[in-house]
Amino acid sequence: MTQPKALVLRTAGTNCDSETARALRLAGASTEVLHTKQLVQAPSRLEEIEILVIAGGFSYGDDISAGRVWGHQLRHFLLPALRTFVDRGGLILGVCNGFQVLVEAGLLGSTDADGLRDIALTNNSSNRYECRWVELESQPCACPWITAGERMPVPVAHAEGRFCVKDAATLVRLKAAGQIALVYTDPEAPKSSAVGYPTNPNGSVEQIAGICDPSGRVLGLMPHPERNLDPWNHPRWTRMAPRSAGEGLAFYEAMVAVAEGSPVA
Amino acid sequence: MGTTASIPQETATIHALPNAWRVELFRKRAADDPDGKSLTAAARELGLAGLQSARMGRGYLLPPSLEREALEQITRELLADPLLDEVRIIAPGKAPPACADTRVLVARKIGVMDPVADTVQQALDRAGLAPAGLALEISTFRAWELHGTLSAEDLNSLATRVLFNDTIESVTIGGEGLSYGESHPKASFERVQVDLLDADHNTLVEISKRGALSLNLAEMQAIQSHFQGLGRNPSACELETLAQTWSEHCKHKTFAAIVELDGRRIDNLLKQTIKSATHELDRDWCISVFHDNAGIIAFDGDWDICFKVETHNHPSAIDPYGGAGTGIGGVIRDILGVGLGAKPIAGTDAFFVGPADLAPEDLPPGCMHPRRILRGVIAGVRDYGNRMGIPTVNGGVWFDEGFVGNPLVYAGTVGLIPRWAATKSVQPGDKILVVGGRTGRDGIHGATFSSLELHEESEMVSAAAVQIGDPVTEKRVLDALLTARDKKLYRSITDCGAGGLSSAVGEMGAECGARVDLELVPLKYQGLSPEEIWISEAQERMVLAVPPEDLSACIAVFEAEDVEATCIGHFDDSGHLRLYYEGAEMCDIEMEFLHDGTPRPVRQASWSPPAWEDPGAPRAENPGATLLELLARPNISSREWIVRQYDHEVQGTSVLKPLVGVKGEAPGDGAVIRPLEDSFRGVAITCGANPRYGRLHPGRMALAVIDEALRNSLAVGGNPTRTAILDNFSWGNCERPEQLGALVLAAEACREAALAYGTPFISGKDSLNNEYRVGDHSQAIPPTLLISALSVVSDVRRTVSMDLKCAGNLIYQVGLTRAELGGSEYLAILGLEGGVVPAPDLGRAPALFANLHLAMEAGLVRACHDLSEGGLAVAAAEMAFGGGLGLDLDIACVPTLPLAPNYDATATALFSEACTRFLVEIAPEDQTDFEVLLDDAAFALVGRVRADDTFEVRGADGAVLIQLPLSELADAHRCASRG
Repeated sequence: MTQPKALVLRTAGTNCDSETARALRLAGASTEVLHTKQLVQAPSRLEEIEILVIAGGFSYGDDISAGRVWGHQLRHFLLPALRTFVDRGGLILGVCNGFQVLVEAGLLGSTDADGLRDIALTNNSSNRYECRWVELESQPCACPWITAGERMPVPVAHAEGRFCVKDAATLVRLKAAGQIALVYTDPEAPKSSAVGYPTNPNGSVEQIAGICDPSGRVLGLMPHPERNLDPWNHPRWTRMAPRSAGEGLAFYEAMVAVAEGSPVA
Repeated sequence: MGTTASIPQETATIHALPNAWRVELFRKRAADDPDGKSLTAAARELGLAGLQSARMGRGYLLPPSLEREALEQITRELLADPLLDEVRIIAPGKAPPACADTRVLVARKIGVMDPVADTVQQALDRAGLAPAGLALEISTFRAWELHGTLSAEDLNSLATRVLFNDTIESVTIGGEGLSYGESHPKASFERVQVDLLDADHNTLVEISKRGALSLNLAEMQAIQSHFQGLGRNPSACELETLAQTWSEHCKHKTFAAIVELDGRRIDNLLKQTIKSATHELDRDWCISVFHDNAGIIAFDGDWDICFKVETHNHPSAIDPYGGAGTGIGGVIRDILGVGLGAKPIAGTDAFFVGPADLAPEDLPPGCMHPRRILRGVIAGVRDYGNRMGIPTVNGGVWFDEGFVGNPLVYAGTVGLIPRWAATKSVQPGDKILVVGGRTGRDGIHGATFSSLELHEESEMVSAAAVQIGDPVTEKRVLDALLTARDKKLYRSITDCGAGGLSSAVGEMGAECGARVDLELVPLKYQGLSPEEIWISEAQERMVLAVPPEDLSACIAVFEAEDVEATCIGHFDDSGHLRLYYEGAEMCDIEMEFLHDGTPRPVRQASWSPPAWEDPGAPRAENPGATLLELLARPNISSREWIVRQYDHEVQGTSVLKPLVGVKGEAPGDGAVIRPLEDSFRGVAITCGANPRYGRLHPGRMALAVIDEALRNSLAVGGNPTRTAILDNFSWGNCERPEQLGALVLAAEACREAALAYGTPFISGKDSLNNEYRVGDHSQAIPPTLLISALSVVSDVRRTVSMDLKCAGNLIYQVGLTRAELGGSEYLAILGLEGGVVPAPDLGRAPALFANLHLAMEAGLVRACHDLSEGGLAVAAAEMAFGGGLGLDLDIACVPTLPLAPNYDATATALFSEACTRFLVEIAPEDQTDFEVLLDDAAFALVGRVRADDTFEVRGADGAVLIQLPLSELADAHRCASRG
């Protein structure tokens, strides 16, 4: 079996590309970081890879709205190529700003009857940037590398991460299509119980932290698993028994394993 | 409604309806509008109950020549969110429909940077959404829609105190006019002669004052006599260049002066104190000290680390948001410009502001309220630091009446640099390449402005000194720069900071010579004079010396990241700095005179010991209540509301975070990061400061804050023999002998402490003239020294956090308690002044540090916390609620030096802020090993970790003095938090 190949996509203002590339390498993928300009010039680069990760940061300063300009750029220049990539079995992950970009670019497949986007990521309900650790719980969903019921501590660091939907029907459709992949949860509370701030750090509807497209091969999430790769990243590691890795590594390993099992034809 | 009558004349510019498409985007009624909510809350806080609700609209002005269809497409595809936004498009020259009780429009003044407009413009260009050949002029504004019954006076108050900053923005209340397409004023491009040769003393002083040159008479005379020797008058450009280079900000004339104190003559204070300590210590791991943009020490293998801390006080006083943001941006560029450029890996920040609860009537004229300043600087650090992708990991906030008129804002950056890149040299023939942002009129005279005192009209006269940052441009520069460095495409580099190109090119060419053609410098807009181009402090620019054969490859690297890189001249062997504008000579100065021509006057200093009485340590009637009060003190309480606004996790290197403990709410002593993925070595970053000590005794303050920075470093696992420190002095006007005397005392104490601890200074900066004048009275800040420490952690797996870990473990106090409560928080709550300022016993402290570090390296220490503001009681409480575990403390066991009669033993043990003390948690099985390693250091077993949640302190007679549940301690610590 060949080693999966991954691209980490960046642009002006991206700032999580190094740790994202490291996560993919540790998880076993051969990884390259690429500027969006280069991919626009050569979209065929997508034919050589199995995984595309849109890294976090503040693309174009998050001017206008977080992820808007980069999302617009992908939609304008790369949408057909990206759709073909996913149709051929490629995996796309968007983390934090990358999630915002996937929403803006329309890659999460959620539109209303008029063809307009019916999901959004907007200002945190606290109306400010917050950096804190949260606990995620995986949901039964279409995403092939997410195992329902698993929990993962990860940091969030964003100002515009509140997931919201157009109406109740949108939520019903997302659930029915298995698109709700990850939710914020209280480590102490029973599974899937409703939680408030700061467990739900941004006021997302139904504590949604990450969703996938109906195929399950495109996933976006606000928290940063690539910031929890080492045993000492966890905020309470000095209180824990010795550990060999941070919980975020398993997240990337699961994705790389799926890519390895189904190489692009 | 609809009046502008009570807004000051300067701000009430009444604009016509703009001849531009106006797009306004409000949140749909059903969607949450957090900005509107925040404004309503802020109005309530100001007592303006008439504001019932508010909405904020983001506004864009676009060229009238766009077809409606194109405009609608731009709005739909780029500007508006289909789910959240309500779109209003208003045709050129038309007014929007009335839909609120009052509308308030806030727009940037002409010449102020508008990064969002730039981003929109670039996105439209890239996507081909703008019709071909159409130059798009875009600007942005905020439109507030207010509902309720606010009087004109209330509206005015809301506008000036919350909605806009007069320095950079204009406001329209009730009108719909907006400025659009105004051209920038044109300046003269001719060489301007300054008539200096025959000027008398008064005229010389007048020339300096009129030009905002900040040059004193002696300096003006030195310039006069130099040009008399040349037989010609200087040009305005030459005079400006000299003023920038000789400014206190760039030249540090006070620290380099000859000072006389009590008959002693000190020739160059900096050399005699701080630098001399470093040179005497002569550590082989000090790679580059004092001469570059940051200090560099060895880290691991081929890698070094560097650190620089800067102040940005005066800009932050008049525009807290922009001032703090550009402060961060500037110190990041210092790191990009050290050696051949380092990668920023961590940021720090420290603020000193007036009391957050200052009564509005106590606010001096022309000042912003401390709370607005604090919120502004936090937002500035947040928006710049977070966008740069550099974790902000350490810092502090201090509140004191002395900073009401003149707040202090410090920002620091730590960098990682390969050893081969630690040195640089310019060769004659190298091209001068300016990279990054374009040059505009922003930040003219920043260097000279910062050398003046602040006063009531500062915000009026100094508007041009303020810059607005554009972090994404700087991030692009960072990405391109490190690529160009690793390809070895340039020979030297420095940042454009204070003094702009003048300082950068002047410094780089100091040893050889340089020629610049100013018309080649890329401009944001036309109309700048050659002098303005030369001294503008426009942000996000760096200057490189590039061998001619590498020029095109170097420019290509920058262009790949969409960074403009322009050759503006070359270095030569002329020994002169020569500037031309379209062929006409604007400046020709000898480098030697430029850099070494500053006169060195003899300055008088005086010092008299403080006349305070020693109030001792009065007995605490109810020590539990006192502890709760201390935990809620502004200088002790939780900083969580600030810390969480900074990204301290980006880059994925965090080991010890600023907040620790079971709930992540206890204040850690310092941060530890692990910057290299193939090594267990870490970097500890900590600081120390205390202006309350400074007011009482600047010398002891210096000793105490150095001890504090080192204690913090040691507590998180920093190796005391591999620790370097940075000094940042913020002082009042040192033309006054008593201010200079205080500075001498502090600088000499720095030398003494550095030598005793074996801890070299590697970099520093001073900001003098921190005074605020109202009428004839000038108020100086308390002498404030910020010490920042950078330490190598040999193995991050052995770092320790301060939260209690396990019931049954033993608690030791390491270090002696002394009768030192001067400047303490305990005396402050009793309203008592004076007392003995804590200072370390330099004979014993270093050995204690060494022994405790051995115990930590041996893995014996489970938790460690330094004792500082609030003393033992506060430190113990923080450890307890941090770990969610109760604690028994026995005051009788606290190791204490004999006390004078006016010192109550219990109050001294609990609340003294004596230096060199720690609380340490040890497992019972490690007790003997720990005590053996501590050897002859002062220490004693003072308590034990409990299994329940009770914090209990017993007095000398065994009686219970304090008995409180952890939740009450944590609540007190949290209660003062505000956003």
